[in-house]
Amino acid sequence: MAQKTYAGKSLEVTDDGYLVDPSKWNEEIAKEMAKEEGIELTDKHFAVLKFIRENEASLTIRKVGNSGIVDIKGFYALFPGGPLKISSKIAGIRKPTSCV
Amino acid sequence: MTEKKDTKVKKVAIICAKGTIEDVYAALVMANGAVMEGMEAKLFFTFFGLDAITKKYMNKLHTGTVGNPAMRMPGGLPFPTLLGVLPGVEAGVSAMMRGQMEKLDIPRVDEFLDMITAGGGEIFACKLAVDMFKLKKEDLSDHVIDIITIGDFYNMAGGDGSQIIFT
Repeated sequence: MAQKTYAGKSLEVTDDGYLVDPSKWNEEIAKEMAKEEGIELTDKHFAVLKFIRENEASLTIRKVGNSGIVDIKGFYALFPGGPLKISSKIAGIRKPTSCV
Repeated sequence: MTEKKDTKVKKVAIICAKGTIEDVYAALVMANGAVMEGMEAKLFFTFFGLDAITKKYMNKLHTGTVGNPAMRMPGGLPFPTLLGVLPGVEAGVSAMMRGQMEKLDIPRVDEFLDMITAGGGEIFACKLAVDMFKLKKEDLSDHVIDIITIGDFYNMAGGDGSQIIFT
């Protein structure tokens, strides 16, 4: 565990950089976390992040693709280099454990 | 002490030569898992593995109910091989397996190929096996980029941090 400062707040994060307490998350934190991943968040990103936070318990790429917000190709384009992992991190939830 | 230096896996080249549910899904899950991690993935289907990319068969794969000592009844009792030879048993067991996977949000083969290619994964068919089974390009899934030789496939499989996996 480590401490990291996002949006002026010192937050506890895992070794992989995921927020330990998802309830501390806000959109300003998301923007700064996204910047670290080289992503500038748009409204589309935020719509996906909202869906991800609401479906944390059974999150899969397929579910995001069927969300009606973005298709799978679009999901890869929004969060390049590992969409489920990176979007979960920016959404302030735990690291996903799904293989699909 | 020598310092341990791991080279990250950056690319996987997966060869699927068998057409049972478990062999095909092993290859698909590995390829999808790679693109999900931001790795490059290339899939090569050969021999009976071609069923997984043949339009007519891809969503109707079966699992073998004969000669599989790990096969069990629902509840965990051993599944006698002699039962596996009865008409309809293989189809029933296969349908049950597909149903279980659906519950875990594991898609059908055609949708799985959609997911893999949406993430940048590439699908190839083996020329030798395609010729042997007398298949044509139009018999195969539209996701198949090309029908190539194993030599061609090896030539795409190289590079720092790349692995070849055979299922």
